[in-house]
Amino acid sequence: MTKKITLKINGAEHTMEVEPRMLLVHAIRENASLTGTHIGCDTSSCGACTILIDGKSAKSCTILAVQAQGKEIATVEGLATAEGLHPIQEGFHLNHALHCGFCTPGMMMRAIELLEKNPNPTEEEIRWGISGNLCRCTGYNNIVTAIQWTSAKMQGKELPSTEPKFV
Amino acid sequence: MIKCKTSKAIGGMGHSKKRKEDARFIQGKGNYVDDVKLPGMLYMDIVRSPYAYAKIKNIDATAALAIPGVVAVVTGKDLEKYGLHWMPTLMSDTQMVLPTDTVMYQAQEVAAVIATSRYLARDGKEAVMVDYEPMDPVMDPFKALDEDAPVLRSDQEGKTDNHIWHWEVGDKEKTADVFNNADVVVKQQMHIPRIHVASIETCGCVASYDKVDNHLTMYMTTQAPHAIRTVIALVAGHVGLTEEKIRVISPDIGGGFGGKVPVYPGYVIAIAVSFLTGAPIKWIEDRSENLQADSFARDYHITAEMAGTKDGKIQATRFKVLADHGYTDASANPSKFPTGLFSIGTGSYDYGAAYMEADAVYTNKPPGGVAYRCSFRVTEAVHAIERMTDMFAKKVGKDPAQLRMENFIKKEDFPWASPTGWSYDSGDYHAGLQKAMDAIGYHDLRKEQIEMRAQGKFLGIGISTFTEVVGAGPSQDFDILGIKMFDSAEIRVHPTGKAIARFGTKSQGQGHETTYAQIIAEELGIPMEHIQIEEGDTDTAPYGLGTYASRSTPTAGAAAAMAARKLRDKAKKIAAHLLEVSEQDLEWEPGKFFVKGAPEKAKTIQEIVFAAYTNHPEGMEGGFEATHYYDPPNLTFPSGAYICVVEVDAETCDIKVRRFVAIDDCGNIINPMIVQGQVHGGLTQGIAPAMYEELIYDKAGNILNGTFMDYLVPTAVESPSWETGHTVTPAPHHPIGAKGVGESPTVGAPPAIVNAIVDAVAHLGIKHLEIPVTPFKLFKELQKVGYFKKAT
Ligand code: FES
Ligand code: FES
Repeated sequence: MTKKITLKINGAEHTMEVEPRMLLVHAIRENASLTGTHIGCDTSSCGACTILIDGKSAKSCTILAVQAQGKEIATVEGLATAEGLHPIQEGFHLNHALHCGFCTPGMMMRAIELLEKNPNPTEEEIRWGISGNLCRCTGYNNIVTAIQWTSAKMQGKELPSTEPKFV
Repeated sequence: MIKCKTSKAIGGMGHSKKRKEDARFIQGKGNYVDDVKLPGMLYMDIVRSPYAYAKIKNIDATAALAIPGVVAVVTGKDLEKYGLHWMPTLMSDTQMVLPTDTVMYQAQEVAAVIATSRYLARDGKEAVMVDYEPMDPVMDPFKALDEDAPVLRSDQEGKTDNHIWHWEVGDKEKTADVFNNADVVVKQQMHIPRIHVASIETCGCVASYDKVDNHLTMYMTTQAPHAIRTVIALVAGHVGLTEEKIRVISPDIGGGFGGKVPVYPGYVIAIAVSFLTGAPIKWIEDRSENLQADSFARDYHITAEMAGTKDGKIQATRFKVLADHGYTDASANPSKFPTGLFSIGTGSYDYGAAYMEADAVYTNKPPGGVAYRCSFRVTEAVHAIERMTDMFAKKVGKDPAQLRMENFIKKEDFPWASPTGWSYDSGDYHAGLQKAMDAIGYHDLRKEQIEMRAQGKFLGIGISTFTEVVGAGPSQDFDILGIKMFDSAEIRVHPTGKAIARFGTKSQGQGHETTYAQIIAEELGIPMEHIQIEEGDTDTAPYGLGTYASRSTPTAGAAAAMAARKLRDKAKKIAAHLLEVSEQDLEWEPGKFFVKGAPEKAKTIQEIVFAAYTNHPEGMEGGFEATHYYDPPNLTFPSGAYICVVEVDAETCDIKVRRFVAIDDCGNIINPMIVQGQVHGGLTQGIAPAMYEELIYDKAGNILNGTFMDYLVPTAVESPSWETGHTVTPAPHHPIGAKGVGESPTVGAPPAIVNAIVDAVAHLGIKHLEIPVTPFKLFKELQKVGYFKKAT
């Protein structure tokens, strides 16, 4: 038994036939063919599947596709515009906040909401803010730095250097 | 500051170039294996055993096959018909692909369900009925050797016990002699627990067999595509899949850390099913399957001893290991090294007597023995030596930094012959430790520790000064299934002076697309932006043994430099021809050859390359390409000095890392930003086993924390803000003087952390703590020494 639904992802409508039990993350990846949103666990622990739903970050493996009808879904593929990269994408690139890149889309989507709610987070607020997203590669230092850099960029402040700092 | 020979525009070694691979990852355009979608693709899911040890009485697939969309259910009996139900491991043991009669660990593959969707495959899996007859499992590796223990591998002819192999190195008598006559001996039993690499991408594949062409394309999460191609040919050659008919593609990999070296049964089943049906088969394991069934790391029980003089001179070490390998030895080690490179365990210290031995046993746990971001068992060895060094310092009443300084191998004593047979290439251990001590303010911390203790507060300072051994390896000793562990690079420069280079290694996040380009830019002066790097496709890349054990820079990085040098020699000839001078009159500066004393008479590398296609000297081959297979003359020996400061809550036993300074010496640095990133990541994978991670089994063989809900991968909150730096002691035998770095921090960090925690509570009578050191474990240890009694 399938159901016809329409999902609005990054402003575009995707109509698809899905089983009611299908997870949103699968609908996004397989039916809408937007594979930038990843799957890293089966217990909603890793955050690799994080997207924005009506501007709020959410783990798309905890939501059924049918529940997401009528909502504005944003995924990593929608971040860059004709004008160029989103500041968070720039921030991650310039501050070497990704290695394998698997956690990166989820991490960035989470960071966008974090900065929306708290444009000037402290290091501790950033660390707690992304604690639902696991990264196995980077050790988080540079993810924190990237979010700080993005915070400065989004507020038009002076940009911190993106050269690595050594003791 | 690192000195660079090339301009920023060329971007050779030493420049913190931003990564070329980032663009696709930050825009969601990476191509990981689960992103691969082929026409007519079917999905596979795997039925797994709920028991650790059981006879399979019957497998009933009727209900599963009745589900519309379920195409097939495959069992061990089906594979047996093709001789595919067992496969060899890298350590010449054997492993079941699917069992025909007995399961040997919980979560073992029992049957595979093929269906038209992921969801239907899962439905089918739930519907397969398996009758088991459970047996008492062997979970304790020490009891595995009891006379009355059941013989687990009765499939092996003549097997009468659960012992796999015995290994030893060093001079047993000489070491015993030193121990017998030593002033001071310290001894400690320690367990380096079973853990899991848990890369955020799990393992999986799409096996696509084309019946018409008799050709297999295998997209898979592998760190070593060429080796896998050879293994598939060895396993399936008899059914017609010979090596030229196999193409292994390792697309973007979401973290590897050693967990993507082995051949898992899922891959082989997918190939078999695709071979039989002609349909592409996708298998993507979920996280719980990944944690519960894929290769574990570590699980060494070590009895470590150190002997020395009463004024603190280390004289000898002796390690005895019991290795729990699960039901088969599926370690990912070079063939001649059953304990990997554990024999590096004499550490950074100058003494002449050591003896190490190890025995491996079978138990009813999953197989493995992969690295977890470490060069073949080096972490276990480093933990033992660095814990013992601290215990010895405590026993002789010396500051652990001072004792290390007094025992280090001196800079001028390299190359240094270790008592277990290594020839350490280079190092400057004193400089590293001094830099770390200065950075953290070591002596002030010691004063603060005393003040805090007076107030009943616990501050601990822990040191680890380790030596790694990476870059496997020289072909006389290092092979996998007989294939020598050299590695390769192939460079093609196009007429307009832009290049593509291909490698037998495979990045899983290390940034090869950037760093390899920088090595070639350094040697040829072509801007790194114009050098495209490709790996992971066995149809196009030259043969190589892959990326693990920090071997890419030491082997393939060297191959890149050597191939580029061949091209530079050719460039010189062409330049001489173009400038009408003799080769001896030419001098190189990055990007051009010029005439000595007349720098205006010059030819850029771009002009030279163009000439190689348009106007090459008579008698010279046209084109501008080179390949090099690099066989390292020795391993490389990166080192590090790490200092950790912890605060322990005197009531709750909560442990907080206040600061952590890591000074690494990986020789010459290709890209400081990437090296630092690798160190950050490795440190978080160092605190993980030190304080959080362990795969726990109960007596009945059930895994107690086989999901991400309870297997504690550190988040940004547990991971401290790392402070890193470096000293540079180039590897003398390596073309670019580099040593490899990806794993050093994972190897070096755990003992620094544990030494710090022990140091925080040492005055209460604590001598040792087993990892992971959790607050509860610490609480119990403090209870044992009567701390809480005194306090209340
Ligand atoms: S896939 Fe891990 S939280 Fe959604
Ligand atoms: S970059 Fe690999 S998991 Fe975060």
